[in-house]
Amino acid sequence: MTVNCILSGVGGQGTVLASKLIAQAAMDKGQNARTAETIGMAQRGGCVVSHVRIGDEIHSPMIPKHSADVIIGFEPAEAVRCLPYLKKGGVVVVSRKAIPPVTSSLGNSSYNGSEMIAYLQKEVARLIVVDGEKISKDCSSAKVLNVALLGAACASGILGLSMDELKNAISKRVKPQFIEINSKALEKGALAAKMTVPHHT
Amino acid sequence: MKKFLMGNEAIAMGAIHAGVNLVCGYPGTPSTEILETVAKNNDGSIYVEWSVNEKAAMEVAAGASYSGARTLVTMKQVGLNVASDPLMSLAYVGVKGGMVIVSADDPGPISSQTEQDTRHFAQFAKLPVFDPSSPEEAYAMIGDAFAFSEEYGTPVLFRPTTRVCHGCASMEIADTKNVHKPEGFIKDAKWTIFPRLSYQNHIKIEKRNPILGEKLSSYRFNTVTGSGTKGIATGGISYEYIKEALGGCNAKLMKVSTPHPFPEKLALEFLRGLTEVMVIEELDPVIERELIFLCGKHHLNVTIRGKLSGDVMQAGENTVESVKSVLNGYLGLPAPEKSRFLPPLPVRPPVLCAGCPHRASFYAVKQAMKGQKAVFAGDIGCYTLGNAMPLDMVDTCLCMGADVTIAQGMQHIEPDVKHFSFIGDSTFFASGITGVVNAVYNESDITLIVLDNSTTAMTGHQPHPGTGRTMMGNITEKVSIPAILTAVGVKEVSVVNPFHLTEAIEAVKKAAAHKGVSAVIFRSPCIAVSKPVASYQVDSGTCAGCKKCIKEIGCPAISMDSGKALIEPSLCFGCSLCAQVCPCGAMKGVRYS
Ligand code: SF4
Ligand code: SF4
Repeated sequence: MTVNCILSGVGGQGTVLASKLIAQAAMDKGQNARTAETIGMAQRGGCVVSHVRIGDEIHSPMIPKHSADVIIGFEPAEAVRCLPYLKKGGVVVVSRKAIPPVTSSLGNSSYNGSEMIAYLQKEVARLIVVDGEKISKDCSSAKVLNVALLGAACASGILGLSMDELKNAISKRVKPQFIEINSKALEKGALAAKMTVPHHT
Repeated sequence: MKKFLMGNEAIAMGAIHAGVNLVCGYPGTPSTEILETVAKNNDGSIYVEWSVNEKAAMEVAAGASYSGARTLVTMKQVGLNVASDPLMSLAYVGVKGGMVIVSADDPGPISSQTEQDTRHFAQFAKLPVFDPSSPEEAYAMIGDAFAFSEEYGTPVLFRPTTRVCHGCASMEIADTKNVHKPEGFIKDAKWTIFPRLSYQNHIKIEKRNPILGEKLSSYRFNTVTGSGTKGIATGGISYEYIKEALGGCNAKLMKVSTPHPFPEKLALEFLRGLTEVMVIEELDPVIERELIFLCGKHHLNVTIRGKLSGDVMQAGENTVESVKSVLNGYLGLPAPEKSRFLPPLPVRPPVLCAGCPHRASFYAVKQAMKGQKAVFAGDIGCYTLGNAMPLDMVDTCLCMGADVTIAQGMQHIEPDVKHFSFIGDSTFFASGITGVVNAVYNESDITLIVLDNSTTAMTGHQPHPGTGRTMMGNITEKVSIPAILTAVGVKEVSVVNPFHLTEAIEAVKKAAAHKGVSAVIFRSPCIAVSKPVASYQVDSGTCAGCKKCIKEIGCPAISMDSGKALIEPSLCFGCSLCAQVCPCGAMKGVRYS
């Protein structure tokens, strides 16, 4: 079995750590993993995409188009940007909150993300929208969005990983003082996924 | 033991396990993590340094290799241009301890000025080059490269590409490391290059390389698999894309992991029985030309297709999809599915971080020069992003250090225009100083703006001579930029905090008015190496909705919401620039206690 997962967001949102956590959890189960990251200039507030692939028969570090089982979008437009990678019937987990780029603030277009969420609702069979802002507030940290989204993806069952396996990975990869709030954010993300009513039934 | 490593980490661990004694380099995406990983895993027995530039790194490593040490030099492909002077001669002189030069190529390009191909450099310098196709292979290959270098007394190049460098994979790595004890330098005439010696060594190299090509024909990572009359030849990451695109199809496939000296014997075996070959590689058609040459040399009736025949795209990186479309036309494999149609998306180019001191520096120069004709020569680093609207303060960018000298050339042609050059602290040390000496000596009239943020930011915050920290964990003397400028004869030098906007503008005006070379050093740390002291919020009752904060400085933390400015608290770094620009005083700062 292979699992292909795309994480897309804006530089600075913590996509790289989230991809490492998935890979770590898979490896701890004895699976093979591959990831590919955006590092460099794009990290300064540009679009960043991480590819995570789990399984044995994997060659390319990058996920081919139409092959992702799940897209974890840290921002609505960035989730839409990666849709060409999504498999038919694949899952999209997305944070509701938009991050307007300077270019759109400078112009007169007012991008706020809601049109992107609406588009996803129309196009994606299994969509999980996470209120990352609320979870961040509940955890009193702006830095837990990545783990909250992971929690939601995990609860959807699509990653083939259990919550405990991810928690274990967190305890290995995250600084000790941040383990607790990350575990909390993971749970809250999972809860958000469970409360999502499938709309395409 | 099994580890999950990034390609660059794998290269570093492979070098450590091979008993490397000295590692040096200059940061450059996608190569930077190699040296950082060695430093992180250093038990103290390895000497590690960020050198001031790639040329210095190459020479430091050469000296150590002369003394019998195993050395690793790391840089990105354009860094090899800087280091090419020692490289070309070193190819003639040779080494004693194994010396591996990693030059990471960047198809795309993703974060580089050029799509140059290090394999050409290997051919040009007549040096062996290893080209790994995956992080795992890179780990295994780096040890081979050291052994090869030592056996033949020659430096060898090692050329991973971005997707290998920044791809991570689970891999088995050794638990123990080899210990390599350098013998020390032994005096010999062979270490001093003279025309006569060069002539003799040139003959030796030309004799040696075909022998190496023969030997490399049986190298474990040069392979031929599959069968059929239509072959595919490849190298590097494209090999993995092809494997993925082929699925179950068992086409005849040659992987070239040592593009120079070319494994001719293996290639001839591969060509036997083929009518056609499709060469799929990134950057230049290196393997393709070698095969065409071989067919000519041996009168083989095989059609070689690839970039030169227009079957494979000339520029940019390959993907599984691009390979699929080539193989669809060539082997009749299924074409890639059509991509779905997306709604218009907001464009999101990279921008200077919220709170970046460069934003304030650019803004100060812009304000100081308002209404005057001025040209702004930029350079390589985060500050290249100062070209974006609304700042629009980078008129040129060429290569490391060129800001200082490009401005001089322009100034000689248009003496009545004010010319500025912007250079970062790390770039200043790497290759800015000679340009300033040139300006002083040749009586140029330019204003140099040094953007000193106490780090090498773009590549991930490496220390440099101005930071007083080394990769061995030592605290050393900080090399002073104003002292250097004064010493080389710059008469007007000031050091200012760019966030003191009024003062900053005054300093620029004064420097610009000075006849001759003048300099303003804007000193304020990158947000990644400092802590925020405050956070700003918009008082929506006071905000007039004029958008001046957005239109003037373009901080990514500020957007408009229902006609009023809004600051995103998770992004704001509390730099105060917006508050200094706002005509209504709507930005309120809250200092952290
Ligand atoms: S990393 Fe530092 S130097 Fe680079 S844009 Fe951000 S604040 Fe500026
Ligand atoms: S203080 Fe203003 S300009 Fe500075 S980071 Fe915050 S919002 Fe941006």
